[in-house]
Amino acid sequence: MGSIEENCASLRAQIATTEAQLANLKRDLARAESQAAANSENTAPAESAEEHSDLQSPWPLLQEEYKRYGRQMIVSQIGLPGQLKLRAAKVLLVGAGGLGCPAAQYLAGAGVGAIGMIDGDEVEVSNLHRQVLHRSYNVGKYKVDSAIETLKDLNPHVTYTPHRTHLTSDNAPTIFKDYDIILDCTDNPASRYLISDTAVLLGKPLVSASALRTEGQLVVLNNPPRPPRDPDGGPCYRCVFPKPPPADSVVSCADGGIIGPVVGTMGVLQALEAIKVITAPDADPQSETSSKRDPPVLHIFSAYSNPLFRTIRLRSRRPNCAVCSAAATISLDTIKSGSTDYVFFCGSATLPSLLRPDERLTPEEYREKHPEFTQSGAQKSLTTPHTIIDVRDEAQFGICHLENSVNVPISKILASTPAQGLGSDKTDQSTHPVAPWLPQNIAGQDSNDPIYVVCRLGNDSQIAVKKLKDMGLDRSGQRYIGDIRGGFRAWREQIDPQWPEY
Amino acid sequence: MSDSAIGGVAPIPITVEFTGGLEILFDNQRKYAISLPGQLEDGSQPNISYLVQYLVENLMKDQRKELFIMEENVRPGILVLINDADWELEGEEKYELQPRDNIVFVSTLHGG
Repeated sequence: MGSIEENCASLRAQIATTEAQLANLKRDLARAESQAAANSENTAPAESAEEHSDLQSPWPLLQEEYKRYGRQMIVSQIGLPGQLKLRAAKVLLVGAGGLGCPAAQYLAGAGVGAIGMIDGDEVEVSNLHRQVLHRSYNVGKYKVDSAIETLKDLNPHVTYTPHRTHLTSDNAPTIFKDYDIILDCTDNPASRYLISDTAVLLGKPLVSASALRTEGQLVVLNNPPRPPRDPDGGPCYRCVFPKPPPADSVVSCADGGIIGPVVGTMGVLQALEAIKVITAPDADPQSETSSKRDPPVLHIFSAYSNPLFRTIRLRSRRPNCAVCSAAATISLDTIKSGSTDYVFFCGSATLPSLLRPDERLTPEEYREKHPEFTQSGAQKSLTTPHTIIDVRDEAQFGICHLENSVNVPISKILASTPAQGLGSDKTDQSTHPVAPWLPQNIAGQDSNDPIYVVCRLGNDSQIAVKKLKDMGLDRSGQRYIGDIRGGFRAWREQIDPQWPEY
Repeated sequence: MSDSAIGGVAPIPITVEFTGGLEILFDNQRKYAISLPGQLEDGSQPNISYLVQYLVENLMKDQRKELFIMEENVRPGILVLINDADWELEGEEKYELQPRDNIVFVSTLHGG
């Protein structure tokens, strides 16, 4: 056994060393390539029209740019005018995650002049399956730095600006004002309202997208970006969603899951919509029709539905919108001063602390009570019979579960009709199944064996314990029902370091 | 109470869809074909308000009603689409249902 472990350790060390070497080589290559590019043009990569005119070239683009962007420039919707607009455009991506990465990749590839990215997070291993600009060796690095490193490899002509911070009411107006168009690539309602409000008040069009599990949504807002009070401007996020959803109903990708290409699809579409907005033909003031844009729409993507996409017509600006109407109450001042409070407006999910301390067991306390279940190879000796109910959903149960546990997803528990008062109807217990999802051995009325409920983090398990007690299964305290405090995250920390962390 | 049609008025067949995670509240089924009474007891025609109550009472499997309705209306964060248009373009909850209407309830997503 010892030699296998040594072998593993040695292999791990070799991999780490090789990865570090690879990272260094890539950085050296990037440096050499950008130097080569600079030498061949006899100047630093040009970033503005002025520098181009210094070259006294009769052509508005560099030779290399004609080649690089040729395939999109020969599409009539882009053409040379579109390419010049792209090069003059400054785009801000808020979020360098599952949406921001693919969006930035295509915008950089298309030759947008300046790209800013704002994100205060660092790269985690669990990001890599979908956040396509980040590399395994950049885990722990600021996402914006990791993303820009990859983008520079892709297109050195673009000016990149990292903003290594979370977006706040305080910094949003200052950061936004230097850009022409904003992409909302964030993951929570409070940021979405802040981004929309700031974009409206600064007159920037906004491309907003979101994704969860197998679905995504995309909408172009404040387009055209007319000033507040002008009903001809495009609707904003508040026009479409005047009230935020209850905080408890908001599910993150970490909790709900996300398929990489689903969020990737939405990010790529954000880049496309941004390119369409940037390269749109200038409105002809003489013509009535040219100022008429397409009506606002919301695109909904559903990976397991047919058709994959559906497009729905949205309302125009809301006459009583809090930010873009004549009745507006939100201004840059109320945002900066904090009197428009986004965290308060959207609320925060209340983590349940439903149970008393004596209704909860830490994994270690569970092990003390039932040592036979935590020793490998001895699970079958049922000296102290009890039931573990695992309330994670079936997919998570399928990833890893305890051998002696039964799976009853929390959604099933919450979906069931309330028990018909088992406690008040003690004579008739056997003829009334308490709930169809209850395992047979628990529903039996003569057992006082304890029931332990476990989940991923220790929140749903409390709700389930409460529900089981409400059904009278604890026989007024004769039978112990409690949860494993901290769920499988704590289980891994206290009992089994080999337990998969997902 | 959902069968309160007055004799002689043809029922209204419609399709209802749930998406953005709302299908979890409706037995993980995305699409339902249902039939509403052509006329209600008070002589009115079924509208979106009636449909929402009907769904809660007849199709919703989950006990967490607050994830679908709030103050007798669809909760914030759910878009109601009437034949691929935001319900605000059609009169919101007062829109009277027509045969073969397609009503979609979409929960807004926030992940990214």
